[in-house]
Amino acid sequence: MKKLINEPSSVVDEMLDGMVAAHPELARLEGTEVLVRADGPVEGKVGIVSGGGSGHEPTHGGFIGDGMLDGAAAGEVFTSPTADQLSEMIQACDAGEGVLCVVKNYEGDVMNFETAIEMAEMESDTTVEYVITNDDVAVEDSLYTSGRRGVAGTVFVHKVAGAMAHQGGDLEEVKRVAQKANEHAGTMGMALTSCVTPEKGEPTFDLSEDEIELGIGIHGEPGTQRTDVMGADEIADHLTEAVLDDLDLEDSTEIVTMVNGMGGTPLMELYVVNRRVTSHLEAAGFDIWDAWVGDYMTSLDMMGCSITVMAVDDELKELLAYPVETPGLTVTGNQSGGA
Amino acid sequence: MADEHAQATAVRTAAHAIADRLAAEKDHLTDLDSAIGDADHGANMDRGFTAVCDRLADLESDDPAELVKTVGVALISEVGGASGPLYGGSIMKASQELEGGVTAETTVAFAETYLETLQARGKANLGDKTMVDAVTPAVHTYKKSVETDELSPLEALAKAVDAANRGLEFTTPLRAKKGRASYLGWRSVGHQDPGATSTLYILEELLAVAQDELGEMGDIERDATADVDPSDVQVREESETEAKDAVDTAATEDTDTEVQD
Repeated sequence: MKKLINEPSSVVDEMLDGMVAAHPELARLEGTEVLVRADGPVEGKVGIVSGGGSGHEPTHGGFIGDGMLDGAAAGEVFTSPTADQLSEMIQACDAGEGVLCVVKNYEGDVMNFETAIEMAEMESDTTVEYVITNDDVAVEDSLYTSGRRGVAGTVFVHKVAGAMAHQGGDLEEVKRVAQKANEHAGTMGMALTSCVTPEKGEPTFDLSEDEIELGIGIHGEPGTQRTDVMGADEIADHLTEAVLDDLDLEDSTEIVTMVNGMGGTPLMELYVVNRRVTSHLEAAGFDIWDAWVGDYMTSLDMMGCSITVMAVDDELKELLAYPVETPGLTVTGNQSGGA
Repeated sequence: MADEHAQATAVRTAAHAIADRLAAEKDHLTDLDSAIGDADHGANMDRGFTAVCDRLADLESDDPAELVKTVGVALISEVGGASGPLYGGSIMKASQELEGGVTAETTVAFAETYLETLQARGKANLGDKTMVDAVTPAVHTYKKSVETDELSPLEALAKAVDAANRGLEFTTPLRAKKGRASYLGWRSVGHQDPGATSTLYILEELLAVAQDELGEMGDIERDATADVDPSDVQVREESETEAKDAVDTAATEDTDTEVQD
């Protein structure tokens, strides 16, 4: 498989150097795979940090910036960062107001963040809270989790928590809105092709030309169902229905949607899917307040997409619309976090 | 309290003994992990304890608590996966119990905090076919031997190692309910758990070093000021019995169900 990679073992390190070169507002904590705001920690503000395996770009480091994350730790591809690096990140992002960790629900991530929080609290007087995201409606237990997986809806959680912290919300408030966003979000994904990890160099699973996989995660783990290939509208309907079944929203609920690319899908195709998702949801009686379309939570070069629906109230709308400027997401003041 | 320097030397010697043992058992641990996991436990533990020895060599300290904490932090940063936070995080947290010095009582507290942290982090219970199955009987036996039977810490540790060995043997017929092996379901039955196995190796080396370094009845003293509440001991004995029953029951249940399959 042809790739723009020098050595599989150096891909994360070289990616992080490249990100800092492109975005001087980011800095790398020396001797780690952690990115932080170059001007951080920001006085008077709760720190918001995240992290996880690499291969999901722009998650997580791409969401560092004013109004979103203060730090993000990059593990090896699809592998949790180690707790000592997470602990360094937590301490580096604490301006005295405490730190909220946003953790996707994978056993390795949760264990390492929990250990990191203990380390940080032993080594400093940092106050740390964490929120575990689990928006994937496809599975209850998976290859890497007990309970649901945290996937694309996590980006809404980053946005909402970051905006609340930027407006001066204390640690408790920031945690509350992060949990609220997570509870109101549901995501379902699908793959046209498997991803290829740098170490393995070949597809993680085999999908023939006339098959697709529904209910996939973001690490090449198996989906819940393999079916014959369907058209874009049919796929959009299937994913949207799966999310709606799970969220069980009342009619005319205001919602924000995300059509998220898995890394190898042309934006053109994501818009084709978004067209159908929008008409489907409007026909079902929902009020679409905003629609995000783009690559937010990817799975290396996988072709496919996920659909996220989040019910919003005035508070969540205000936080989503709050201005933000990061490498992976820009919101200028009105709605629209779309790419 | 015993000579701090002797205790610090014992910690350093133990770390080297464990590193040597894990290096020698690397392939065996990897084989066990290949059967029911992802075949990296041997290499990860070997790399982890090599890093432990390097970091201890760089640390000029005679404070046993600080040395033990360094062991934990090194494992956290070098082992990775689940074993890093499980081993390293539990050792790091438990090292705080040794801050007042190493006595029979603080080593019991160390053992109990280690087990508590391990279970909180891994969310595993006895009988789930994890390292908890070796650690639980070892910790309960150590505590009972020191507090109720009034054995020396060295004798108590010897009994704890026996208990860990029995706990490890119990893991073979179990069906894994936590960790990567749990994805195999019934296919995990018949395989010994790699994490419980490395736990036993570590305990065996700790015992050997304690016997060599600290001698008969040892340099680890009882803290005369600490009173043991007899009712507390009673409760612990019961929980130990329950723990053994749980392992027995889990083993029986799993074997029965396997037959029904």
